[in-house]
Amino acid sequence: MRLTDLPLRQPAYVDLIDWSVLTPSEGQRLREFGLCEGASVEALHHGGIFGKGPIACKIGRMTVAMRRNHAAAVTVRTGPEQEA
Amino acid sequence: MSALPLVALVGNPNAGKSALFNALTGARQKLGNYPGVTVERKAGRLALSDGRPVELVDLPGTYSLDPGSPDEQVTRDVVMGKQAGEKRPDALVIVVDAANLDNHLRFALELLALGLPTIVALNMVDLATRDGLELDAAVLARELGVPVISTVAVRKRGLDHLRQELEGLLNGAPRAYPTGAAQDFDAVRKEAGRIARATIVRETPSRRLTAAVDRVALHPVFGLILLLGLLFVMFQAVYAWSEAPIAMIEGFAEAIANAVRTALPDGIFRSFLVDGIINGVGSVVVFLPQILILFFFILMLEATGYMVRAAFLMDGLMAKVGLSGRAFIPLLSSFACAIPGIMATRTIADPRDRLTTILIAPLMTCSARLPVYAVIIGAFIPARDVLPGVGLQGFVLFCLYLAGIVGAMLVAMLLRMTVTKGASGGFLMEMPKYQWPRPQDILLGLWQRAVIFLKRAGTIIFTSTVILWLLLSFPRVPDGDPTSQVDHSIAGRIASGLNVVLEPIGFNRDISLALIPAMAAREVAVSALATVYSIDAGDDEALLERSLGDRLKDQWPLPTALAFLAWFIFAPQCISTIAVTRRETNGWKWPLFMVGYLFALAYVAAGITYWTATALGLG
Ligand SMILES: Nc1nc2c(ncn2[C@@H]2O[C@H](COP(=O)(O)OP(=O)(O)OP(=O)(O)O)[C@@H](O)[C@H]2O)c(=O)[nH]1
Ligand SMILES: [Mg+2]
Repeated sequence: MRLTDLPLRQPAYVDLIDWSVLTPSEGQRLREFGLCEGASVEALHHGGIFGKGPIACKIGRMTVAMRRNHAAAVTVRTGPEQEA
Repeated sequence: MSALPLVALVGNPNAGKSALFNALTGARQKLGNYPGVTVERKAGRLALSDGRPVELVDLPGTYSLDPGSPDEQVTRDVVMGKQAGEKRPDALVIVVDAANLDNHLRFALELLALGLPTIVALNMVDLATRDGLELDAAVLARELGVPVISTVAVRKRGLDHLRQELEGLLNGAPRAYPTGAAQDFDAVRKEAGRIARATIVRETPSRRLTAAVDRVALHPVFGLILLLGLLFVMFQAVYAWSEAPIAMIEGFAEAIANAVRTALPDGIFRSFLVDGIINGVGSVVVFLPQILILFFFILMLEATGYMVRAAFLMDGLMAKVGLSGRAFIPLLSSFACAIPGIMATRTIADPRDRLTTILIAPLMTCSARLPVYAVIIGAFIPARDVLPGVGLQGFVLFCLYLAGIVGAMLVAMLLRMTVTKGASGGFLMEMPKYQWPRPQDILLGLWQRAVIFLKRAGTIIFTSTVILWLLLSFPRVPDGDPTSQVDHSIAGRIASGLNVVLEPIGFNRDISLALIPAMAAREVAVSALATVYSIDAGDDEALLERSLGDRLKDQWPLPTALAFLAWFIFAPQCISTIAVTRRETNGWKWPLFMVGYLFALAYVAAGITYWTATALGLG
């Protein structure tokens, strides 16, 4: 499931990140925010009146805002934690 | 290059570096609860217990030594010793947020690998406690191999301890720090995670205030209503709360003017004091209460952490004009003044996004325009309620601000299709936790603004007004000549010449006269009008009694007043903005472009307003 489809406030883990859809600097910034395979994520808020706005999500302890096209590059899985 | 030991404060954005810097040096650097408050290096002095001074530098926050934007570049350069004219720091104080340890430790490990003498300030332990985290600084110190001190920068907790350790570090025998081999990013991240887990002794789930507030504040519909509501209340308050203090200042100025009039014989010196200084400069100082109310709201937005929420809400709209929500923060800051707003664009990574934001920043209504709006609104817009509790004057002010924002969005869209064409950067931002601002911080911020404003009144506004008074007072009209002093003066003649261009858009000679000195500072438009009418009144007691607003109402038709307001939405004139744009864009090309398009827009907007109002028979 993509991060964009993850129901709000349901804890999940990052399964896979498609770095190829991100520019190198965007990829780096997301990595610096702690985004990596195995990181815990939780979608908190979807912005935008027409559902096209950014997404606020929790990565580890940090809350981060990103656009949907970036969030769509992140595949997540719900269920028990695995080695990060 | 200073010979003092140099210590740099480094760390992630919003970790509390500037708060720590202020607490240690007594400086008053701007704080704000959002990433990217500090955008340039700032040095201060700190005395060790033996009296030895140390130079401390506060740096912009960054997530790694791989800079993403111009402000982060500065941090990298200083830390690596590449900053021109500055030696490499002798020691680092790494500031980490205790409530966000995993993430901040990754950067801390990257910095530790540089091998510089280092202390870690484990800051914001109060917030970590609020989040139910219990940390063991000793474990962290052991794991990192450097001293770790728990601090609460804003409550000055842990500072003595920090100073002591710093002293030990600078006095002590140089010791070898582990210079880590260039490590792979993921390995460092894992190590940071491990250390964080070891440091966190206990974690009790706690009620998360931030998540609860954000359910409303970030809600697509309610959040937007809240944002607009906040702005609306802000402009209502600018009028509703300021009446009494303004009346007081006005009464005070009038009393002085009257005292001077009775004490001094009529003559050129009395005219200088009364027309130039008291009525001229005084007409601007009167707006101090309104400016402070505006700043109160801006400071609250910045200190609570709401700024990033506003950016989040606006991102969708900003994306439509080719910008990102990130740009909304410098734009909101430009409500105070375009200059810090333009500097704050350094946090924008994409150069074209940044340039576009710089070019539209002057369209945001800065506080220097407030006196101009307030004088005209006060004179021409009746003070009645359109709805219960909603004053018409505040509503008009809100609309003027809104017009500036809408204008900025349209211009951004056009620029993005032409001169700054290209793919736009994305929107990636950390969202800070909400904090309730401390009253003393807000009061200090207001005090600083009041001082800045009064200094401006005492220097630049004073000087421009005096020069204008001189140009208006000479040459003197010969006795018995029926022409007015203003018409006869140098300034009056220049203005009459300029008026040929401005007449078609409804501007009279007095406006032409006010616009030139307003280049120095926009408020001067008000003091200039006050001086003109004060000189014009001469000895006419009845006229002297009338306020500037009343005089304007007598002399200007409504369409002219509205056109004047429309002109100031775009108000191209402000030399400092031009200068800072030149500096931030490294050349004259963009500032000239900016001034050109702003003048064109101001002219067209004023013209359309005037012609429409006249056609509607408002004259
Ligand atoms: N509760 C609490 N708040 C703090 C502490 N230190 C700083 N703050 C607040 O945290 C916010 C950020 O502080 P700053 O000092 O501006 O952070 P900074 O590291 O300089 O941030 P940038 O300049 O953006 O990199 C401000 O609102 C401060 O008032 C602390 O120890 N406890
Ligand atoms: Mg700072």
